[in-house]
Amino acid sequence: MSQPTLTRRSLIEGAAALGAATALSSPTWSATPEPSKVTPDLVAAATKEGKAVWYTAVDLPVAERMAKAFEAKYPGIAVRVERSGGERIFQRIGQEYASSIHAVDVVNSSDAAHFIVWKRQGILLPYVPEDVALHYPPEHRDPDGQFASWRIWLSVIGYNTNMVKPEEAPKSFADLLDPKWAGKIVKAHPGYSGTIMTATFQMARDLGWEYFEKLAKQRIMQVQSSADPPKKLALGERAVMADGNEYNLIQMKEKGEPVEIVYPTEGAPLIVGPSGLMKDAPNPNAAKLLMSWMFSQDGQQYLVDFGGLRSAHALVKEKPGRKPLKEIKTMKDDPAAVEAQADEIKAHYARIFKV
Amino acid sequence: MATLDSTQALAGATVPTARTRLDLSTPVMVLFTAALCVLIVLPLGWLLVFAFRDQAGRATLANFQRLLTDPTFVEPLLTTFTIAGSVSLACGAIAAPMAWLVARSDMPARNAVRIIVTASFVTPPFLGAIAWELLAAPNSGLLNQAWRAVTGAPSEEALFDIYTLTGLIFVVCCYTFPYVFVLVANALERVPGDLEDAAAMLGSSRWRTARRITIPLALPALLAGLLVAFLQAMTLFGSPAILALPAGFHTITTKIWSLFQYPPKPELAAAASLPLLVLTVVLLRAQSAILGRRSFAVVGGKGAAPRLVGLGALRWPALALCLALLCLPVFLPYGALVNAAFSKVPSQLLTLDRFTLRNFVFVFSEVSATKLAMKNTFLLGAMAATAGALMALVIAYLTSRAAGRGHRVLGFLAMAPIAVPGIVLGVGLFLAYTRPPFVLYGTLWILLLAYITIELPAAYQQMQSAFHSVHHELEEAGRIFGATRLRVLKDVTGPLLRSSLVATWCFVFVAVVRELSAAVILFTSQTKVLSVLIFDLKESGDLAAIAVLGLSMLVLTALVIVAANSLLGGGSAARLRNN
Repeated sequence: MSQPTLTRRSLIEGAAALGAATALSSPTWSATPEPSKVTPDLVAAATKEGKAVWYTAVDLPVAERMAKAFEAKYPGIAVRVERSGGERIFQRIGQEYASSIHAVDVVNSSDAAHFIVWKRQGILLPYVPEDVALHYPPEHRDPDGQFASWRIWLSVIGYNTNMVKPEEAPKSFADLLDPKWAGKIVKAHPGYSGTIMTATFQMARDLGWEYFEKLAKQRIMQVQSSADPPKKLALGERAVMADGNEYNLIQMKEKGEPVEIVYPTEGAPLIVGPSGLMKDAPNPNAAKLLMSWMFSQDGQQYLVDFGGLRSAHALVKEKPGRKPLKEIKTMKDDPAAVEAQADEIKAHYARIFKV
Repeated sequence: MATLDSTQALAGATVPTARTRLDLSTPVMVLFTAALCVLIVLPLGWLLVFAFRDQAGRATLANFQRLLTDPTFVEPLLTTFTIAGSVSLACGAIAAPMAWLVARSDMPARNAVRIIVTASFVTPPFLGAIAWELLAAPNSGLLNQAWRAVTGAPSEEALFDIYTLTGLIFVVCCYTFPYVFVLVANALERVPGDLEDAAAMLGSSRWRTARRITIPLALPALLAGLLVAFLQAMTLFGSPAILALPAGFHTITTKIWSLFQYPPKPELAAAASLPLLVLTVVLLRAQSAILGRRSFAVVGGKGAAPRLVGLGALRWPALALCLALLCLPVFLPYGALVNAAFSKVPSQLLTLDRFTLRNFVFVFSEVSATKLAMKNTFLLGAMAATAGALMALVIAYLTSRAAGRGHRVLGFLAMAPIAVPGIVLGVGLFLAYTRPPFVLYGTLWILLLAYITIELPAAYQQMQSAFHSVHHELEEAGRIFGATRLRVLKDVTGPLLRSSLVATWCFVFVAVVRELSAAVILFTSQTKVLSVLIFDLKESGDLAAIAVLGLSMLVLTALVIVAANSLLGGGSAARLRNN
């Protein structure tokens, strides 16, 4: 099932299921809405609202830096970041919307399947920022304009370079089953993290649940967010991480912290984190402006340079010194299948890992 | 905590002065009874309804069947009982001797020890658990690093592993033992000295006096303390939420919380809450049975102060032992938090070149939820403390200065929430106030209701014992000396009650600021409080930010307490006392 390398074209194929599923699930929307430019009127209306509320699953320091960059560009609009794991964001919005609490303006998840659900529920507003229409490949845009891929990254293996010599480091997921790693592995949880939900689906599909059953025997340390395993490596609390955010490790490595990334030979789970705008957004204009900025070349370049993430924006450049995405073997993402199997994945995982 | 005197108070004294006010107090009493009914019956009613129905709303017992047969529920239940039992016994073993040293020996710095115990009580259990991660995580923990540095042990070996059942039990003990300590210390202080003197005069040896007089009189308080510790450990959410997941198990509270993950299963959450509720009620009944039988132990304000036992050469070693024990809940964890707050890497000891203020900048100028959470927390703290203290004042007045069936019901209702663990109440309130007639979810009101309900029993008890301490004989003495009733109220009852009122206010305020278990179910992004913000930061492992936020929260709380006491003249009010 896994593909040897990832090119722009294979990304197109890879994400086609997303398009297909969303097209099927929304018969009411026929035509993609017109792209929207950032007009002085929009800026004025957004400034009048003065604030925007952004629910996101991206690691907090990245989220707050993005918010501050936006506030610097558009003074007078304060962005409040509500950050937690993708699955908890999903739970939060479900819980709030069930009680008619419409607090969120812009939402970003680390589990693309959530957007299939939200689109089906009809709570997203079609809105296509100009940059998305011009510079994003079709597989990274919802055909009905309700969301687009805001960020792309991988779930990878990592290790602490003070605790593990490079030649002894694991090269593959299979290597993690070596008894020498017992008690030394940290991993995140699909019940909290959208990244890990997506990764668990891809790994269970490609490697089988038996893999997790064997991994569970390694006395792993279980944490919640996919942003936490890299931090546990940097602390020196565990030597190896079995899954977690590539982008945290990129940031840490570039800051000189003792961590190293391993792209597993089986392929690294590919994670796509879309963003969308809520139909009942309390600050609709600020929400649009925030969406437009976050998908703009500037916003995306910032996300790449500072955040260590990957961008679907055609004009955004990968930072020199980092391994380009197309040179990395990845697994294939399939949000529709994740959406269909989410509960089963969580339950199966809980049975194996007891939490 | 503090559940001792409810029954005695309910038996309350008939006071002649009440008659003139009875006319006024009846409508007030009816109003308060109705309000308390809504406050308690509504959430618990919905809890019951949900526990006995399925997703489609049909009546069923399937939730309980699943609870008793599905290992993912049975195991957390067993784990919870293991934790609660171990914590209760360990707390008794540590707190009782320490309480005796503080209350009845001539150990130096006894008051300082008592104050430090209070500091461990004020520490939120989730923050204590995070601090202990910093100290005793097997590899990065500061204590383990120090141990390896000293002994030269290999890097795979660890002295402590906090991510285990034992580790969790230890941390829960650290923040539960004050309950036992306070109950036992207060009981020991209340053992009338003249009884012991009488025994001594009749030729009893010191040991025999202790065995025949002191210990029997303090034993009910110790048993009560063990029960309270069991209950606290059983219903605690904060520490398990931090430590149980990395250790690879659930307790029943973290399991209940996980049932709110998408898709939410409130029916199962309600069903899983009921065992906690039932067991709490049963244990509280047991407690009042134990205390009720021995109520002669509490003899009131009169009588000679108990004699202090001279420790001789052991005075200083005793103090050293107390301070060494207090390292565990207070000195070490706070040291670790300060270290993490100012250090570039939380797992490394602070040195000059590792010093940074970056974490403060991050928390206060970059994290956009900080300001909102601070505002919500302190607003809710002040509102809940004010409302709770005033409600407690009125209810305590009605129950202790008037008698009758109605007042008994009122007193019972005010004490009833003590049987409802925070997370259970959170589930109940969520079910009750996300639907008509009161749709409060998403507002601060639902949190306010939760906080008032949770803290009412403790507040009520404090106010009730305040009324008790101003026994009518004091008021009557004033009257005999010719003071008018108003003058008595102003010069005798008033000042004594004011300091208790401030103490109650402070108590509720502190409890609200550290509350997590109900808030974590009830918050929305707009109504986030500090404890939940810290909990969210924990999810992504931002330990330095947690340290900064946790310490700031405690410093601000302390400032509020000091301000309240100096403005309102609380005197020794903020001292942690049961009665």
